[in-house]
Amino acid sequence: MTKPVLDVRDLKKIYGEGEATVHALRGVSLTVHRGDYVAIMGSSGSGKSTLMNILGALDVPTFGSYHLDGVDVSKLADRQLALARNRLIGFIFQAFNLIPRTSAVANVELPLAYAGVKPKERRRRALEALEVVGLADRARHEPNQLSGGQQQRVAVARALVTEPALLLADEPTGNLDSHSTHDVLNVFDQLSAAGRTIVIITHEPEVGARTKRLVRLVDGEIVEDTRQSPIHLPPVGAFAGRHAV
Amino acid sequence: MSFKEVVRFALRGLSANKLRSALTMLGILIGVAAVILLVAVGNGSAKAISDRIEALGTNTITVMSTGRGGSSNTALTTDMADAISDPTMAPDVKSVSPVVSSSATITYEGTDHDVNSFVGTTPGWFTASNTPIGTGSGFTADDETQGRRVVVLGQTVVDELFPGVDPIDKQVTVGGALFTVVGVLKEKSSTGFQDANDTAVAPLSAVRQVLTGYGALNSMLVEAKDPGKVDTVESEVSTILDQRMTKTATSSTSSSTTPYRIQNASQLLETQTATADTFTTLLGAVAAISLLVGGIGITNIMLVTVTERTREIGIRKALGAPRRVILTQFLIEATLLSVIGGALGVVAALVGSSFEIVGVKPVIVPSSIGLALGVSIAIGLFFGGLPASRAARLRPIDALRYE
Repeated sequence: MTKPVLDVRDLKKIYGEGEATVHALRGVSLTVHRGDYVAIMGSSGSGKSTLMNILGALDVPTFGSYHLDGVDVSKLADRQLALARNRLIGFIFQAFNLIPRTSAVANVELPLAYAGVKPKERRRRALEALEVVGLADRARHEPNQLSGGQQQRVAVARALVTEPALLLADEPTGNLDSHSTHDVLNVFDQLSAAGRTIVIITHEPEVGARTKRLVRLVDGEIVEDTRQSPIHLPPVGAFAGRHAV
Repeated sequence: MSFKEVVRFALRGLSANKLRSALTMLGILIGVAAVILLVAVGNGSAKAISDRIEALGTNTITVMSTGRGGSSNTALTTDMADAISDPTMAPDVKSVSPVVSSSATITYEGTDHDVNSFVGTTPGWFTASNTPIGTGSGFTADDETQGRRVVVLGQTVVDELFPGVDPIDKQVTVGGALFTVVGVLKEKSSTGFQDANDTAVAPLSAVRQVLTGYGALNSMLVEAKDPGKVDTVESEVSTILDQRMTKTATSSTSSSTTPYRIQNASQLLETQTATADTFTTLLGAVAAISLLVGGIGITNIMLVTVTERTREIGIRKALGAPRRVILTQFLIEATLLSVIGGALGVVAALVGSSFEIVGVKPVIVPSSIGLALGVSIAIGLFFGGLPASRAARLRPIDALRYE
C-alpha cells in the first residue's frame, strides 16, 4: 500500500485557559488512503469542524502530528503552509466563500493564479473544472447570479482545479435545499468514482450513507469507524454503469 | 506569481467594487482639494490685503502744509519741490511730485461729472503714487512745461462720461477750458470710503492756470530710492523745509512747531508685515486643521474598506495565497486609490481656484499641493496597508470567521 494521503496521530486541540478550557479534540487518530471517500459525522460540538480546520491547514493543533501526502504539515512555516493549502488541499466551505462580484471562472482560476499557472492555461483548466461540475454555461456569472447549489458547485470546481491530493468539504450541503444537495452529492460521487480522495464533514445521515467510510465523532473522540463500501470501487451512490473502473 | 499578475488582481479588486472604489477616491479627493483650496483662499486674501497696502505706496512720503491761510512763509511752493529734488541736498530722493488738487466738474457733450480730486502734478507722480496708466499715455514733462491742456481720467470718470465710447483724444470741458483726454488710469482697488478711480490727472501748470491759481501746493509726493531709505528721506526733507520755512508756534499745540506735516509710509510697511505674519499663522492653522480632517476621512474609509474584506482575505489564504501576495495586492489597491484620488483632488483644487470664492481670488500655494498629496497618500498607504497586513497575518480560519 502506498503512503496515506492523510495521517493524523493523537490530535488534540484545546481552546481557552484555566476554568474556561475546552477540549475540542481529545486525541484523534485517523488514516485516509488514496481514493477513499470518508464522511466524518458528529453532532454540534463534537469537534468535527475543529478537526476539519486542522485537516485543511487553516488552524493548527495543540498537540499531535499531521502528515498530508507525506508532508508534516504541523512543522510548516507560513509560506510553505500557503503552498500546502494551494497544492495539496481543495477546501469546500459550508458558506461557499466565493469572492463576491467576481465571475465563476475567475473564482475557479484563483488557486491556479496563486500557484503561478499562466493565464491561458489557467482559463482552460478552470473551464474544464466547471465542465466537471456541470456549470460550463455559467462561467461568466457572478456568485449573486447563481443559486446556492450552483455556487457550491463552483466552489467544488475551485477546490478540484489544482488537482489536490485531498478534497475537504465542511458541511457542503448545510446551506442547501434537498435538490441542490442532490446535485452537489452527485458531483462528489462522480469525483470519487474518478479516484479522488474526499473527506466530508456532515451531520446529515443521507450524506454519510453515500460515502465509502463513515467516521463518527463524539466529544472530540472517534467512537465509530465503519467501512461502507470497498475503497477501490465507486461509491454506492454513484449511478449505474460507472461500477466498472 | 509575478508582480504584473498581482497588479492585475488589484485592478480587478478595484473594478469589482466600483462604487466603493469611487467613494474612497472621492473621500481622498475632497480631503486633498479642501486642504489646497482653503490654503489658496487664505493666501489669496493675504495677497489681496498686502496688494492694497502696497497700492498706497510704501516707499513714498507725503509732505503737507499745516499752515493756516495763504501766508507765504508756511506754504509749500514749487521752489521747495525743486530744492528737495536737488541730489546733493537730498541724495536718497528719487523724485518729487508737487501736487495741487481740487474738486472739479468735467463736462463732455452735455454730460456732467463731479470728480473729487482733479490733480495737477508732474509726470513723475504716476510712478511715485503707484498709479499706472491703463490705456493711452500719460502726459510728458514737455506737456507740463508748455502748460498743455491734456488730462488722464480715472476709470469711474470714463464710465460716467464715455459709456461705450473710447475716450482717448476726446475733448472735455473743465472750469471753462478744453482738455484733451490722452489716457485712462489703470483701475485701482479702493482702499477706503473714497473711490480711488474717481479722479483726473493733468499737468500741474495747466491745472494751476485753469482751476487752482498760482497759490500754495496742496502737498508734495516724495519718492525714496528704496523702501528702506524712507526714514532717511524724511529727515533730508525736513532739513530742507526747516531752512526754507519760518517756524511759527501754533496756538493749538506746543509740540506742532513745524508748519508742515510729513506722512510716512513706514507705518504702512509695518502694518503690511504684521498682516502677512497674521495670515501666515492663520494659513498654517487652516492647513493643519483641514489636513487633519481630510486625513481622518481617508483613514476612516481605508479602514472600513479593508476591514470589510477580511473575509475575502481569509478565502484567499485558504486557497493558498501567500501573505506577501495578499499584502502586495492590497497595498497596490491602496496606492492606486490614494494616488488617483489625490491627483483628482489636485485637479479639482486647481479648477476650483480659478473661480472667485466669497469675493477672494484664491492663490494656490505650491507647497500646499505637495503637502496635501504627500500626507493623503501616506495616510492612505498606512491605513490601507496596516489592516491588510493584520488580516494577512491572521490564521485563515480567524479571517474567515470575521464578520
